Amino acid sequence: MPKLNVVTREGKETQVEGAAGLSVMEVIRDNGFDELLALCGGCCSCATCHVHVDPEFIDKLPKMSEDEDDLLDSSEHRTENSRLSCQIPFGPDLDGLRVQIAPED
Amino acid sequence: MTQAADIVIAGAGQAGAACAIDLRKNGFEGSILIIGAEPELPYERPPLSKEYLAGDKSFDRLLIRPETFWAERHVEFLLSHKVTAIDPDAHRVTTDSGDEIGYGSLVWATGGSPRRLTCDGHHLAGVHSVRNRADVDRMIAELPDVARVVVIGGGYIGLEAAAVLRKFEKQVVLLEAQDRVLARVAGEPLSHFFEKEHRAHGVDLRLNVAVECILGEDTVRSVRLGGDEELDADMVIVGIGIQPDVAPLIAAGANGGNGVEVDAQCRTSLPDIYAIGDCALHANAFADGLKLRVESVQNANDQASVAAKTIAGEAAEYHAVPWFWSNQYDLRLQTVGLSVGYDQTVVRGDPDSSSFSVVYLRDGQVIALDCVNRTKDYVQGRKLVTEGAKIAPETLADADTPLKEMLS
Repeated sequence: MPKLNVVTREGKETQVEGAAGLSVMEVIRDNGFDELLALCGGCCSCATCHVHVDPEFIDKLPKMSEDEDDLLDSSEHRTENSRLSCQIPFGPDLDGLRVQIAPED
Repeated sequence: MTQAADIVIAGAGQAGAACAIDLRKNGFEGSILIIGAEPELPYERPPLSKEYLAGDKSFDRLLIRPETFWAERHVEFLLSHKVTAIDPDAHRVTTDSGDEIGYGSLVWATGGSPRRLTCDGHHLAGVHSVRNRADVDRMIAELPDVARVVVIGGGYIGLEAAAVLRKFEKQVVLLEAQDRVLARVAGEPLSHFFEKEHRAHGVDLRLNVAVECILGEDTVRSVRLGGDEELDADMVIVGIGIQPDVAPLIAAGANGGNGVEVDAQCRTSLPDIYAIGDCALHANAFADGLKLRVESVQNANDQASVAAKTIAGEAAEYHAVPWFWSNQYDLRLQTVGLSVGYDQTVVRGDPDSSSFSVVYLRDGQVIALDCVNRTKDYVQGRKLVTEGAKIAPETLADADTPLKEMLS
């Protein structure tokens, strides 16, 4: 299974495996990281699954929708590498992806 | 079976789960037992009337955390059980199987049960509520043999279910007792927009309608309305709100009635007993201090956080900004603030374009926004709500000017 590298807010990095067909948010949540709230369950209605993506991977991700862009604007911790992890489908093409959970707003 | 736990959480929904997660996040090392009425581990309820009913998401993907998460954090579960009695002096609860379980602190997070119809025929097979997984699994099992559905209640649950059923090309009649849908939670512009959308999608939406009774032998056959009109139905969905499950707490002497009263730390009037989520009657800062219950994931999660901090001895106070969402057809509604007590509404944008917002004002202050396919307004409007901004209605109505530019 493709690997996802998750960095917590404190900077601790863990490698986990993610089944294809899930979003990056679901892979993080299902591997027991309690910092990621993902309160709307992945329907792009909140911004509580905000991550900072390793710049090396940013071009491999699907284009950001206007809604995602707008929701990210609600965070004071938005950077040019910010994404909502529920909007990134995980799979073999993203093997090795590295994301850090963004600070809480 | 655990006979005592430092923290007993009654209710395994969003609030109960979040409280256990937050307790561990805060470094709480004592024992935690969650008592849940359903056989399932904590899961998200909002998708039940949307993606789960539609078959777009499997149940596993609704789980708030996987089974291993709870085991690793030593959170125990007693599932398929309810707390039926509380002895606040002895710090002990009794479950429906007669087990007695001691607690250091009790967190009441039981939510509510769907309000049922009381008319004849309300118990017939084919009459459904939409509150838990079992309800929706029953509906899904019946749907292949269903052509005609009557939805009773034009709240979010009824409207979301109607939208999914139209996707399945069922004939749908939606009955609302009041003169508009969403009357309890939203202003007229939003109600009329959703009425129009549902009608455009083929829902036979009827307002000011009273249900007389439901007819059938064992299974529902039709719904009889006042005036003796009869609507054929293979399935009836009842979405007329919930009643908070607080009877054992009230019987134990807690203040309350429509929910159980809590203070800003989510403490009930009984020692070491907290209440959070749908069942917690609290003075909400975003409703001018009015005491109310808020039925939302946001409220469940943020109250859980306050209770967890308070239990861990940290200072915390509940004043989180309310937010909410609903998805119907290709419409994404996002709400910030609470519109209760509004005295004016302003519409931004054109509802006919399916991208607009309703801004709610009270005494000239912005108190809430309902945003349809207009996430920018939802995000920027939040600040208007938190600041209680006073902005002229004609300024707010200018859809070409971003809301963030209206703050001085």
